[in-house]
Amino acid sequence: MLKTRIIPCLDVAEGRVVKGVNFVDLIDAGDPVESARAYDKAGADEICFLDIKATHENRGTMFDVARRTAEQCYVPLTIGGGVRSAQDVRDLLLAGADKVSFNSAAVANPDVIAEAANQFGSQCIVVAIDAKSVSEGKWEIFTHGGRRETGIDAVEFARTVVGKGAGEILLTSMDRDGTRAGFNIPLTRAISDSVSVPVIASGGVGTLDHLVEGVTLGGASAVLAASIFHFGDYTIREAKEYMAAAGIPMRLE
Amino acid sequence: MLTAIIDYGSGNLHSAEKAFQRMAGEVNAGQVVVTSDPDVIAGADRIVLPGDGAFPACRAELFDHKGIFQAMEDAVVRRAHPFLGICVGMQLMASWGREYVDTPGLGWIKGDVVEIKPSDPKLKVPHMGWNNLVFDGDHPVLSGLVEGCHAYFVHSYHYRVEDPADLLAHVDYGGKLTAIITRENMIGMQFHPEKSQMTGLRMIANFLSWAP
Repeated sequence: MLKTRIIPCLDVAEGRVVKGVNFVDLIDAGDPVESARAYDKAGADEICFLDIKATHENRGTMFDVARRTAEQCYVPLTIGGGVRSAQDVRDLLLAGADKVSFNSAAVANPDVIAEAANQFGSQCIVVAIDAKSVSEGKWEIFTHGGRRETGIDAVEFARTVVGKGAGEILLTSMDRDGTRAGFNIPLTRAISDSVSVPVIASGGVGTLDHLVEGVTLGGASAVLAASIFHFGDYTIREAKEYMAAAGIPMRLE
Repeated sequence: MLTAIIDYGSGNLHSAEKAFQRMAGEVNAGQVVVTSDPDVIAGADRIVLPGDGAFPACRAELFDHKGIFQAMEDAVVRRAHPFLGICVGMQLMASWGREYVDTPGLGWIKGDVVEIKPSDPKLKVPHMGWNNLVFDGDHPVLSGLVEGCHAYFVHSYHYRVEDPADLLAHVDYGGKLTAIITRENMIGMQFHPEKSQMTGLRMIANFLSWAP
């Protein structure tokens, strides 16, 4: 049976982890590679790096991070942030990423997803959707870190990018991100029910029950969280055991 | 001893290279190189064929690179050197790939590569993530592993073998999906051993020590 994945996400800027990771045994918590190694050892099912200052000049540091991580971690690595073209996908895959996540560029031009998926396969093309609630049962896409309104319906957009060849959706509720109030379940459920590909729930995790709800109520195939793991509130193992006890198939080895 | 990971322009070989090098060090299996040089492939003791993306594109790439296929076939088929195909590199061993268009494969282990259609329509495709292996046979590459160990999959098509004796392991996903196939000196893994933590590393070490 396929297991539900837990994915810790690290925000990286200029090659350093921001919103620090607070593990007791880390020598350099600001080093993305050290943090990724710790999560690999802790049993994370995948690791996600988000390059939050993905300017052209900073690309090189991210390639280096990807390369060093791939040398030391034996779990899949997703990299997002500032990905604009099929060439960016190629560069990140060659550096060591297993999956590459598009965000604003996919909104500006959904055909870039088709181009990238045709070249590298759907299995490595993730589309990150940042959605905000606009009315009851309706969510819209926001870009540029949630600041720019697009007027595009989130459910419709998810269907569009999957039709173009996206192999996975990374769904973040902008209303919940950073609140620790739990995933936006109706949003997660609406997207998950609308697309054939796996959906990763993100944004708002504060407790282990939130992780469970993302799967049981939201229908997510994977859950992504940052602070509850970074600050040591819970270990990956604790989260997995908790979810398993709630009846969700987890990898515990 | 030399293991050649064939680079024919398909996907990220960096993590595969590092995982094979690490395990080659642990089991004294000599050098591991990533190469597109037919002479290096011809001189290798073991051959690994990775592959990511669509079947027709990967097959075209493999045949576009002058001399790679011939060197590989000579080593694997004529001289029976150990061979490991990973993901689409495994699927290429089939008679036919049915992704987008019907594309002939290498025909090394008879079968078709067909779309995953889970019996439960709620199951997502691609089949993405960790699934537990069910063993259908015994083989040195499974040495030290217990049934139920998890491997990392990401694929929308899978290998349907013609002869059930060629199936070494499968997973359940709304029906059986082929996970490992083997015949004589050849092995194919649908999952990514280089991304499957200790389970995958163990299999890589086993392959590097395998003397068929």
